[in-house]
Amino acid sequence: MNQPAPIISVRNVVNRFGAQTVHDGVSLDVLPGEVLGIVGGSGTGKSVLLRTMLGLHRPVSGEVLVEGRNVCGASDEELLEVKRRYGVTFQHGALFSSLTVAQNIQLPIREYFDASPATLAALTELRLRMVGLSPDAAAKLPSQLSGGMIKLAALARALALDPTLLFLDEPTAGLDPISAASFDELVSYLHRELQLTIVMITHDLDTLLATCNRVAVIIDSKIVVDTLDGIMKNPHPWIQEYFHGPRARAAVAGARPGKGK
Amino acid sequence: MARELLEQARTGDALTVRLNGAWRIENIAAIEAALAQLSQAGAQRIIVDARSLEELDLSGAWLLREHLQSLQGAGGQVEFTGEPPSQFAFLEEISAQQLEETAAVERRSGWRNPLGWLGRVSVQQWHHAIDGVGYLGRVAVTGLRSLRPRHLRLASITRHIYETGIQAIPIVSLIAFLISVIIAYLSAQQLRQFGAEIFTVDLVAIAVLREMGVLLTAIIVAGRSGSAFAAEIGVMRLNDEIDALHSMGVDPWEVLVLPRLIGLLIALPLLTVVADAMGLAGGALLSSLLLDISLTQFIPRLQDALAPTTFWAGLIKAPVFAALIAMVGTYRGMQVRDSSRELGRLTTVAVVESIFLVIFADAIFAIVFVELDF
Repeated sequence: MNQPAPIISVRNVVNRFGAQTVHDGVSLDVLPGEVLGIVGGSGTGKSVLLRTMLGLHRPVSGEVLVEGRNVCGASDEELLEVKRRYGVTFQHGALFSSLTVAQNIQLPIREYFDASPATLAALTELRLRMVGLSPDAAAKLPSQLSGGMIKLAALARALALDPTLLFLDEPTAGLDPISAASFDELVSYLHRELQLTIVMITHDLDTLLATCNRVAVIIDSKIVVDTLDGIMKNPHPWIQEYFHGPRARAAVAGARPGKGK
Repeated sequence: MARELLEQARTGDALTVRLNGAWRIENIAAIEAALAQLSQAGAQRIIVDARSLEELDLSGAWLLREHLQSLQGAGGQVEFTGEPPSQFAFLEEISAQQLEETAAVERRSGWRNPLGWLGRVSVQQWHHAIDGVGYLGRVAVTGLRSLRPRHLRLASITRHIYETGIQAIPIVSLIAFLISVIIAYLSAQQLRQFGAEIFTVDLVAIAVLREMGVLLTAIIVAGRSGSAFAAEIGVMRLNDEIDALHSMGVDPWEVLVLPRLIGLLIALPLLTVVADAMGLAGGALLSSLLLDISLTQFIPRLQDALAPTTFWAGLIKAPVFAALIAMVGTYRGMQVRDSSRELGRLTTVAVVESIFLVIFADAIFAIVFVELDF
């Protein structure tokens, strides 16, 4: 099958912190219009890989190509052009604590475009509604929000510029199951209707099964990438444990019938 | 832009609106302008033709939808030629969902109500005063309780002596040296008019030992360590680390405040001694270079000039200043809530307040020493 050119291409990336090698020659392609889940045990460098893709972390060796351009070598203007189409949520939200939720969402829009206050307010309402937050959360400071609401507000901010590429770092951690399920729906919608490319780090098997086309597993500083079905048949003990352990069975059983529809 | 985003044509009582081009957030200003032109102008039916639309993202769709809704609200009937864009179904869904209202945010009235403002500020200040006294008491109680062994964190105290004391030696030495050079230079110029240059030694020695050595050291330490205390503890507050300590049954005052206080109580007097020595060295150097008072003349003159109490009159102030700096720094750090802006504000407050208190305390010492003839 003729594969489309990857949006992001990670090639032989090596990351090392002191004596500890986190990534030892990791290669990964993110194809346009897919939802890629990244899983791995704690401390296997999932977030580091994400930061490397975003150009926030410079690998020891190897390169990251975003639409064919090397993140480490490209000029700031070139990168800005790409970054404008990114949306990123960080593990702990990373909302600007001195700004209200509305100001957080409007910040990237104001930075790039010249929009009137009424339009900004309308767009803010849209983002909040998209993630399922009430518009009256707009006036609040991040410190006045609960942990789950911070996640949603961070996602709303990531969606501020109608990105074509979304990076999510543990988006459903700390959400109640109902919010998590509606989050899955949102991701599926964004992917299906808007052809968004989504790269997601998650431990949440339900989210993984409900949304992802392909899964990348980081094991022993290497990466294994396959389709969801393929990866579940992978004989590696950790993957078997992950997808067929006691916690996984219920999630798989719950998700499988839905797939047949 | 090659084409207008929106073209409108009027036929009878119907207004046909044709959408063109890319309705993307990149063109937000153009979308705004195009929608502003679109008005009902008495039309009963508004027919929207989205077939030649090249791109529509959610932002564009939302703005379009809101505008069409407002037209509909004004009595027009909105129809689509063919299917409405697929985004509309999603937008319909999300705008129909019932969202739980979050609790309202408390709004504070500002300057508009001066009397209310005055009252609120007075009450706030009263609470702050009580809070401050409470903090003082809390630290005192914690201090007494931790007199038992194992409760005094020696490792932590040592670290703070190193960070606030030893690491400050270079900058404190340099500043004490320079200040005494300045004092010596100025006083030599004035005293030369009376042929009394030798009294430069007296002036420098008394100024440095009684006042300048300890005061400048305290001000530098307030800037260096007072801010560090407030920022360190403030960040721990923001990360809920203080609450974590509480939940483990570990007293944050015992592990965070007391080691800083004790560390600074030890470090600041020692730094003062260093500053005194460097100040005298600066005076000696300038005297020999500028006034031809050699070291062999300088030292006997110094011994004559100094009363036995001169050195102690300076040094005795050091622990008091240390306590003020450490208390204000940690207190402000503990007050940090919610946001990074608060952290910055309270760190600034900590430095400004501790410098003010140090100078204020110094003034009181000066008066008391004169009255006591110390």
